[in-house]
Amino acid sequence: MLTAIIICFGLAFFFFLFNKDFGERILKWSPLLPASLLIYFLSKGNEVRQGALQEFTPWVPEMGINLSFKLDGLSFLFTLLICGIGTLVYFYSVNYMKNHPHFIRFFSFLTLFMGSMLGLVLSDNLITLFIFWELTSISSFFLIGFNHQDKNARKSAITALAITGGGGLLLLVGFVILGIIAGSYELSVLIESGDLIAESIYLPIVILLLFAGAFTKSAQLPFHFWLPDAMRAPTPISTYLHSATMVKAGVYLLARFSPIMDGEFYWNEILIIVGGTTMIYGAVNSIFKTDLKAILAYTTISALGTMMLLIGIGTPAALLALAAFIIVHALYKAGLFLVTGAIDKTEKTRDLLALGGLMKHRKLLFAAGLLAAVSGAGLIPSLGYHGKHLIYESLYNEHSSFLMVILGLVFLANIFIVCASFLAGVKPFTGKIIAEQKPVNPLSMFLLIPPLLLGVGGLIAGVFPAFIEKNVVLPVYQSLSGKSIDPAFHLLHGLDFVSILSWLTIIFGLILYFFFKPSLHYQNTLNHLSKVSSRNLLKELIDLVKKLFSTLTHLLQNGYLRYYTAVILVFLIILIVFRMYTGFGIGFQAVEGTSIRFIEGVTIFMMVVSIVMTLYTDSRVVSVVALGGLGLGMCLLYLFFSAPDLAMTQFAIDTLTVVLFVLLLRNLPLYLNKVDRRLNIKDIMISGIFGAIITLITLEVIAVQSSREISQFYAENAYLLAKGKNIVNVILVDFRGADTLVEIIVLAVAGLGVFSLIKLKMND
Amino acid sequence: MTTLILKTAATYLMPLLLLFSVFILLRGHYLPGGGFIGGLIASIALVVYGYANRIDRIKQFLRFHPGILIPVGASLSTLAAVLPLFFNQPVMTGLWLSGSYPIIGSIGTALLFDIGVYFVVVGATLTIIFSIAEENVKI
Repeated sequence: MLTAIIICFGLAFFFFLFNKDFGERILKWSPLLPASLLIYFLSKGNEVRQGALQEFTPWVPEMGINLSFKLDGLSFLFTLLICGIGTLVYFYSVNYMKNHPHFIRFFSFLTLFMGSMLGLVLSDNLITLFIFWELTSISSFFLIGFNHQDKNARKSAITALAITGGGGLLLLVGFVILGIIAGSYELSVLIESGDLIAESIYLPIVILLLFAGAFTKSAQLPFHFWLPDAMRAPTPISTYLHSATMVKAGVYLLARFSPIMDGEFYWNEILIIVGGTTMIYGAVNSIFKTDLKAILAYTTISALGTMMLLIGIGTPAALLALAAFIIVHALYKAGLFLVTGAIDKTEKTRDLLALGGLMKHRKLLFAAGLLAAVSGAGLIPSLGYHGKHLIYESLYNEHSSFLMVILGLVFLANIFIVCASFLAGVKPFTGKIIAEQKPVNPLSMFLLIPPLLLGVGGLIAGVFPAFIEKNVVLPVYQSLSGKSIDPAFHLLHGLDFVSILSWLTIIFGLILYFFFKPSLHYQNTLNHLSKVSSRNLLKELIDLVKKLFSTLTHLLQNGYLRYYTAVILVFLIILIVFRMYTGFGIGFQAVEGTSIRFIEGVTIFMMVVSIVMTLYTDSRVVSVVALGGLGLGMCLLYLFFSAPDLAMTQFAIDTLTVVLFVLLLRNLPLYLNKVDRRLNIKDIMISGIFGAIITLITLEVIAVQSSREISQFYAENAYLLAKGKNIVNVILVDFRGADTLVEIIVLAVAGLGVFSLIKLKMND
Repeated sequence: MTTLILKTAATYLMPLLLLFSVFILLRGHYLPGGGFIGGLIASIALVVYGYANRIDRIKQFLRFHPGILIPVGASLSTLAAVLPLFFNQPVMTGLWLSGSYPIIGSIGTALLFDIGVYFVVVGATLTIIFSIAEENVKI
């Protein structure tokens, strides 16, 4: 499994090396990658049915981080979807993205995304799972913003990244807490130690953090808005994001944790409420859209809500229904998206109001759209029929009045979904041919075969449901509960309440479809209503932050160097004074046995003269020279106190400083500006206080004797451990070598910074 | 600012100072010196030469932009830091060759690290000074 993921990542980077012509020729064969992965995972089907398949490679074992992978029923379902739909998406994209200037880049990102998604569903270690989780966010950022010349695409990509990536960070916090509670990051260990986790007082926080991650990723209210925005991505990408990957990650995560979290701290209640609200919201919104992709996006939101709801109910029947519904949704949603993409490609529009009567020229595409819509609507004998039936059954059979209310809501949402499925899959093909349509463009086989395969596949799976049930759906349940369960799919159910409800859904949905005429009017009204939405709240929050920091920047960075220095010094003063006040008392201790030698006295006198000269001269040249004199005095002092290293460094630095000053002098006014008395007083105060504090600290350092231990250690071990006799140098390159490494990097950045700033100015 | 005395002196001082800086760099582990001081001295040597003649003469002498030294130095130091990993030892462990040489003493990763520091210091200092000097020329 690790190999499979490494191959994906390796190829993703390898594709970048291709030049355009060669890339286009070779990438025609790229569907073979997901196809071979599909075959690989299918071949493991038998082992999955008997139990999980595990792989373990240590990564950072000291911290409990390992590349451990596990293929059990739940992972198996998701890998099949990722690779299966992936194969069709690759195949479709070869034609869809043809002649795109960034054809190669597209496949590179797509492969990266697929690899991350596979890693996510296979990971058995929380930290690796998190890494793959964020990798999907990052790679989907590139995919959503793929048409980067489009301002809206860029914006959508950033929104998606901010929301899903931000949720991922919260998720990491939850994972770390979980790891601390259970003492391991391995998922299989966590599942075993469910009792330990249930007893922990941190459980509510963990659950909320898990929700934060999953709800953002799976576009639950109120974080749903990134998903409709993400339709700026090329259609094959939307297909992939919506049907098999990305948004299903949150569902996967919560399903994975449901065995230990079920019944704990409002887990079920929150899921049912959030999932239910999202389901209704998405379903109602979907039919009022006129853009085909927007309709599909909102039905996805609704479907994700349904999945969350099912996890929240958490009964065996609900989990079974969840597994079936994930498959159903993937198949019909991918089909509808691919049909939409084909329409978009040939008719150059996705606007429902501008499309009609395509059936005349596009019989096969219409068949694909119809089959997908039928499955989405849940008409017998499609696979969707079984999905819906299981959902209704799981709710009805509990005989609880609360769940009956939920059942009512699901019923209502499904009516809208039936209508939306037909709007997206059938409506463009029926009705009159709209006059303004351009002549029909040819439709490539590459665009037709994938949706047709999905439609036919859904139909066959619907007629013979036992195969899928035995091999995919039941193992999911088994992996979650550890128990096996009897098959529950039947092609023909008796005339019980649930069946009647199923039929009623379809009838009402179709009535809605035939009497409802989509128009811009509804859409505008709805937009008007959503003024107070989470999207706008987020936007205003971002604007507020921007404004705050722009004010702060103008306040602190006004372009005057002297002002910067003052800000830095004042901040340091506050920091140090606070520390002195709270931390330690100042101890003045006269260090005994020291007296000032004559030569030291002379040097200090020289330095005082230099300082006075620096302050009182009217010429910059004189002040620069005087500063140099001060530095040389410092050098001498270092020498007197036997610190030749420091003296040498000080000397070199001083020389360079003078050189720099002289270089800059030409650009500065010749005479110092000393007119502003208030400014002078302020500067004197700041520098006076800072000098006093430094003096205090120096005295403190002399007074505190404990620091001798450290110098003692260095002195004794410099030669033993580091084979050096010059302690200063040994400290620099060995004992504190990491510090030095960082310091030279800082120096490097500073050098490059000055270089680029000045070059930038020169180019203006 | 070109005077004959400075110009003549700089012509002889520059190679001497450069040599001295290398000397300071190499002996650093045993006697006062090291990469940082060595780098500063080398920069001074080149800057003095540039002052005496013209700043672009240093470029002619170096034949490359001093900024190149920054990544070279940083890579050398990083290499010295991670080299022990390949010998199954923690990062930044000192590795030493057997045998002793005049001035340098034992050769080990510490020296490699210091050479990296030397290059970064020379590169960064000269880049800063050149950028500022060139800007002055343009103005």
